[in-house]
Amino acid sequence: MSTAQPGSPDSDVILSARHVTRHFGGQRSLFRREPVVRAVDDVSLDIRRGETFAIVGESGCGKSTLARLLLRLIEPDSGSVIFDGRDVTAASPETLRQMRRDMQIVFQDPFSSLNPRMSVGQLVAEPIITHRLASGADVAREVGRMLALVGLLPEHADRYPHEFSGGQRQRIGIARALASRPRLVLGDEPVSALDVSIRAQIINLLEDLKAELGLTMLLVSHDLGVVRHTADRVAVMYLGEIVEMADVERLFERPAHPYTRALMEAIPAQDPAARRDAALLEGDPPSPSAPPPGCRFHTRCPHALALCRTTPPTLDGIGPGHVVACHRASDFPARDVLATVPGNETRQRRIALFAAASNEASRRQPQ
Amino acid sequence: MAAVSSPTSGPDVLAPKQGRVWGKLRRSRAAWIGGSIVGVFVIMALLAPLLAPFDPNKTNFLLIRKPPSALYWLGTDELGRDILSRLFYGARASLMAGVVSVGIAVCVGVPVGLAAGWYGGWLDIIVSRITEALLACPFLILAIAFAAILGPSLSNAMIAIGLSAVPIFIRLARGQAISVKAEDYIEGARAVGVRDSLILIRHLAPNTLPPILVQSTLFMAQAIILEASLSFLGLGQQPPQASWGAMLNTAKNFMEQAPWMSVSPGIAICLVVIGFNILGDGLRDALDPKEA
Repeated sequence: MSTAQPGSPDSDVILSARHVTRHFGGQRSLFRREPVVRAVDDVSLDIRRGETFAIVGESGCGKSTLARLLLRLIEPDSGSVIFDGRDVTAASPETLRQMRRDMQIVFQDPFSSLNPRMSVGQLVAEPIITHRLASGADVAREVGRMLALVGLLPEHADRYPHEFSGGQRQRIGIARALASRPRLVLGDEPVSALDVSIRAQIINLLEDLKAELGLTMLLVSHDLGVVRHTADRVAVMYLGEIVEMADVERLFERPAHPYTRALMEAIPAQDPAARRDAALLEGDPPSPSAPPPGCRFHTRCPHALALCRTTPPTLDGIGPGHVVACHRASDFPARDVLATVPGNETRQRRIALFAAASNEASRRQPQ
Repeated sequence: MAAVSSPTSGPDVLAPKQGRVWGKLRRSRAAWIGGSIVGVFVIMALLAPLLAPFDPNKTNFLLIRKPPSALYWLGTDELGRDILSRLFYGARASLMAGVVSVGIAVCVGVPVGLAAGWYGGWLDIIVSRITEALLACPFLILAIAFAAILGPSLSNAMIAIGLSAVPIFIRLARGQAISVKAEDYIEGARAVGVRDSLILIRHLAPNTLPPILVQSTLFMAQAIILEASLSFLGLGQQPPQASWGAMLNTAKNFMEQAPWMSVSPGIAICLVVIGFNILGDGLRDALDPKEA
């Protein structure tokens, strides 16, 4: 880590989280105590100014909760978050409200994240007016500029969200998030609710805007393709904990944690004939209300030792900017898990036959 | 908050779209039909002294329970009073009973319910338990209790009906608030940094509106009937003053001998309720941006 005071205005770290924890449940109801769900457990991370930091993991691993904790849309139980030298977790409600100008969010579902009773103009103007960035005629001008920025027309301001397609709505959501000229934008699975055909457009739009406006992006995603394409650094979460964190190239080329390897191996290969030397994960992650003792991954880990069942591993550095929480990280040879081996002869022949047959079929169809 | 627009500033992006809602309301067939029906009855009530052919309270024991005729268009009642005249005057009491009591119920119940649903916690627990206790009492008993406490008169009857309907609206508004609160756009508004009070007014309340609007128009009918029940018990409109409910109440004793006595106030209540219902539908559609 480069500075002693991460998160101060002049450091290159814009957001710094220390030991952030959030448990849900645990209230005593009439007859029993609700189980405690340890959604996020003792997470620390630093996001550098101008980078795209991605959090990946299975659904239910706490990645969305973590992202919301960083913006204090959910109150943490303990831990602190420093944004640009200011303590987000200790801010008064009014201070926090004003700080929100600098940290905005793009939601996953463009259909439920826009108030259906407000016009596009009202939606995009709300952050501008809330933070008094313009007044009078300038508001309308600014709204038009924001809409143009995300590839919509200024005339769209008078329409309502339901008149737009999913991709267009997400553009509206992005315009709304950028209208207060934030410095940090959280994308909470910003494209996973969209058609595959328009995902690339929206991802590229976010990347362009990030470069143009000098933003820092926090990307929450389970789509490793998107992450590899956009992120600079990646944190892998499993059951509320960060198990590995590294630069994107390094993580994809030399994943050290068995869980990260399994995630990588699950990415479909592009050549249908090719095969990967992969053992896919089986079963579901254990319930976060009763995480296993020791390493939380040991129940699904093909390499687990007796040590793993009793002692939780700590996040240790294994290379430049690369930390991993695994007792056996040093035992694994570095190898490219994404490398494919050509499939065997039978498989290739079968695929060739299938291709020939479908060619034949398409040639015959016109008659 | 800074002035949002000046008149010359092109599209006024944050102004409430009143012009648009009003325009849609004027183009809406439902609003026209419902509005006309309700309008006719309102005119009837306002112009009762001019329209009524006879004194509504003048009894004539020679003309008891006469069927409709050229002179008495809708017949006479058990004291020989002209039913048409009583219908005109009764419209005042009944429309007031409907509108005022619904007004009271909505104005008290909806804000309390929205606040309970929005803030949750102790406020919600206290409000909900009281609401449930009140809902456990039969509606009429509750209204009678309020009317008895306030004393017998038409205006007290309206207050009593309104107050006894408050728990219904609290519950409805609370449930709506809880479901809308979970929508992403509420979290979105918080993320933008909108003040809590503005989130409540701008994001939460408008989206809880449609079922409340429907419930209001439906309750209008109940309120008119309830006023009749209270009148019957001597707690509503005081005799000999007319109200539709009171007329219907007396008429039910003469269903076989004089059916005309019950037909006209019955139809009047029916039409007013239908009118308010259709008007409510028109209003709901006009407020919904998804309806073209």
